[in-house]
Amino acid sequence: MSLQLGPIFKTLRRHKIAAGLIVLEVALSCAIVCNAVFLIGQRLTGMEQPSGFAEDELVVLQVNAIRKDANPDAATRRDLALLRALPGVQQAAVSNQVPFGGSSNNGGVSDSPEPGRPDTNAAWYLMGEHWLQTSGLRLIAGRDFLPEEYRDLHALSADRNGGIPGIIVNRALAEKLFPGASAVGKEVYPGGDKPVKILGVVEQLGRIRPGDAQFNGPAAVVLPLRPAYDTGIYLLRVSPAERDAVMQRAKLALQQVDRHRMVEAPVSLTELRSRQYSQDRYMAWTLGIVCLVLLVVTALGIVGLASFWVRQRSRMIGTRRALGATRGQILRYFQLENFLLSALGIALGMVAAYGINLALMLNYQLPRLPLAYLPVGALALLALGQLAVLGPARRAAALPPVQVLHS
Amino acid sequence: MFAYYLDLALRSFRANPLLTGLMVLALGLGIGASMTTLTVYHVLSADPLPGRSERLYQVQLDAGSLAYYRPGAEPEEQLTRLDAQTLLAEAQAPRQAMMSGGQVILQGPDDKQEPRSSDVRYTSADFFAMFGLPFQYGGPWSAADDAAHARQVVISRELNEVLFGGGDSTGKTLRVQDTEMRVVGVLAAWRLTPHFYDLNTGDYGKTEGLYLPFSTSRDLELPRSGSMNCWGKDHIVDPLALDVPCVWIQYWVELGDAAAVQRYRDYLNAYSERQRSAGRFERPPNVRLRNVPEWLAFRQVVPGDVKLQLWLALGFLLVCLTNTVGLLLAKCLRGAPQIGVRRALGASRKAIFAQHLVEALAIGLAGGLLGLLLAWLGLLGVRHNPASYAELAQLDLPMLAATLAVSLLASLAAGLLPAWRAAQVAPALQLKSQ
Repeated sequence: MSLQLGPIFKTLRRHKIAAGLIVLEVALSCAIVCNAVFLIGQRLTGMEQPSGFAEDELVVLQVNAIRKDANPDAATRRDLALLRALPGVQQAAVSNQVPFGGSSNNGGVSDSPEPGRPDTNAAWYLMGEHWLQTSGLRLIAGRDFLPEEYRDLHALSADRNGGIPGIIVNRALAEKLFPGASAVGKEVYPGGDKPVKILGVVEQLGRIRPGDAQFNGPAAVVLPLRPAYDTGIYLLRVSPAERDAVMQRAKLALQQVDRHRMVEAPVSLTELRSRQYSQDRYMAWTLGIVCLVLLVVTALGIVGLASFWVRQRSRMIGTRRALGATRGQILRYFQLENFLLSALGIALGMVAAYGINLALMLNYQLPRLPLAYLPVGALALLALGQLAVLGPARRAAALPPVQVLHS
Repeated sequence: MFAYYLDLALRSFRANPLLTGLMVLALGLGIGASMTTLTVYHVLSADPLPGRSERLYQVQLDAGSLAYYRPGAEPEEQLTRLDAQTLLAEAQAPRQAMMSGGQVILQGPDDKQEPRSSDVRYTSADFFAMFGLPFQYGGPWSAADDAAHARQVVISRELNEVLFGGGDSTGKTLRVQDTEMRVVGVLAAWRLTPHFYDLNTGDYGKTEGLYLPFSTSRDLELPRSGSMNCWGKDHIVDPLALDVPCVWIQYWVELGDAAAVQRYRDYLNAYSERQRSAGRFERPPNVRLRNVPEWLAFRQVVPGDVKLQLWLALGFLLVCLTNTVGLLLAKCLRGAPQIGVRRALGASRKAIFAQHLVEALAIGLAGGLLGLLLAWLGLLGVRHNPASYAELAQLDLPMLAATLAVSLLASLAAGLLPAWRAAQVAPALQLKSQ
């Protein structure tokens, strides 16, 4: 092998431009593909963020009043009783929001009452009775709210925290506020100067929008405040097999109970998740397809230039073959040549990949490109180069010595 | 001479169909991807109101509390209701409008029609003249109607079709959240992209179907939507009340020249100072006055993904171009013996150079046409994507011309190096080796 390096360098020096073009193309492909694959990975991991809810068993129903309702709290209690009695509905609750929903309610939670103190931004879930059984969230410490601890949101006085007997937080917030200790029984200040006791901790409770978790952290709280239907949504727990039938049944029941309201089309939480991430899915596909086409174009470019080289050097190959070089040696010559060019291109491509990643970090709040992507990208492009050069190299190796000399 | 070079180019293509096809394909793919993403970018970053957007300014005041105060920090993007109503009453700009978005349930004249929900804009009389809304029938309501909390609406062309089956519907009534209102105007086709006057209720989606006086909306407590920020220690029972520390109103003014802008800025500073000495504002005056282009740039309204796709496609085009340079070079050198013959028969270096550039341009033209087809297909794909801007992605005449120009320029750039190399071929040497 070492014997071949000399002639390769000599030949490449005579074809600086063509060799340079291959190096450049490999470098660009390597830089782009490394970053694109990294971006795809980012999108896919974002899409897998758990919400903590039993997503495939949950249906969201929204009801709007056509005329301002005189007593929305009473109507909400009636609706919930009606929904719980429907066949196929295991449990129902009212909430101000659900993950992947349209609007989000967030606020600061602090462990000190002083004004101007640093607080943790959290998703504020305001939920009524049976929220725990309905949502499928898992309580890992403390207890659920007692029936007498719930309040109507409408009836809340100007003194925001007065009368709220307790709060349930997710594990992310518990660990942030009280690292290494149990949060149950501790007091926090959710957006006011009155302390509220932490009653329980749920294992996982997601932010409404995935972006919120990325920029404000994963904290979330549950307050025992019942919104009425005009400011909240109904959440139904159903068995996945019956889901579609129950959705229609629930819509019809709510339409019939009060004609002066508009019932929006029910939607499953699975569907809401899918809608939320549709743009990410689209972007991941786009990036993937472009990468694939990019690699094919690069491979075809290598095939084209290598074929040209083989034809141009057919006299040299014939001479070498006549002087006793084996087919294998000719084959390896072209493979080694491609390996050297690819390696140089990849080395330059890594530097460029890092540069592109820096630009993305500045403009898109992306994390640093993990080093593991670099060797994977390098191996992929080396393999691609070897595959592309195989055809032309075999054609070169197949050239018979005599015929070449005759021409 | 050009025709002869073209003929030579065609002969050379016929001699190397695979290589030629490869070049055209690579160039076409690169051009197609670039023009698809460039068209989307071009559509999304276009001036939403040409000739008007430079004169429209969004007003920001700093009404926040001292609790989280950082001097010079960006003030809230929206105003409190009290500030907006006061500025509107003082009317220091030639035109001004306060507004908020909402979603209401509508019922048409026909009882059998299902109620439907529609996006609505609650605003004041100048809105229509400021943003240049075109009327098909009737016109806007007046400032007197604002003061009278009139039950009047302006509806979009689409809503007019749905509720009244088209035609002049002025004077007809519809029910908004069960309150009867009279149609005073029907818009002609109008879509604002991006929806810059309130980016929190959609950016590139559909524009509202219904417009009614802000004063009326508060009278009837109609539901609102969009962004809202409140501060202070107390729980706010009604954040939509007149004097509470909540910002949720967008406020726009129309101003003439730079001097008028400066006068209005001075007025806003003086207003803030007045509010501060009255004890309402806690912070020193901190106002912002951005016109539409500045506002769009500040809010970075073109989606990050669109820019990312543009960069990706340009990178892809660069790879395709490198590829084309390489293949053109290979083809030129493969044809070296013929070049030698032509040189020996008296063709100058310049002639050889020109001949190869024409060949590159021919490939560029073919690649450009293929790219155009691919861009058309690509945009078809974009229109099926889930984003709100999807249906806006249409190829227009300037982009069509740009596509061909870019591909010709790109092929010219790609052809320079190979043509130069071809021109270096010495006549005698090549003849000897034959």
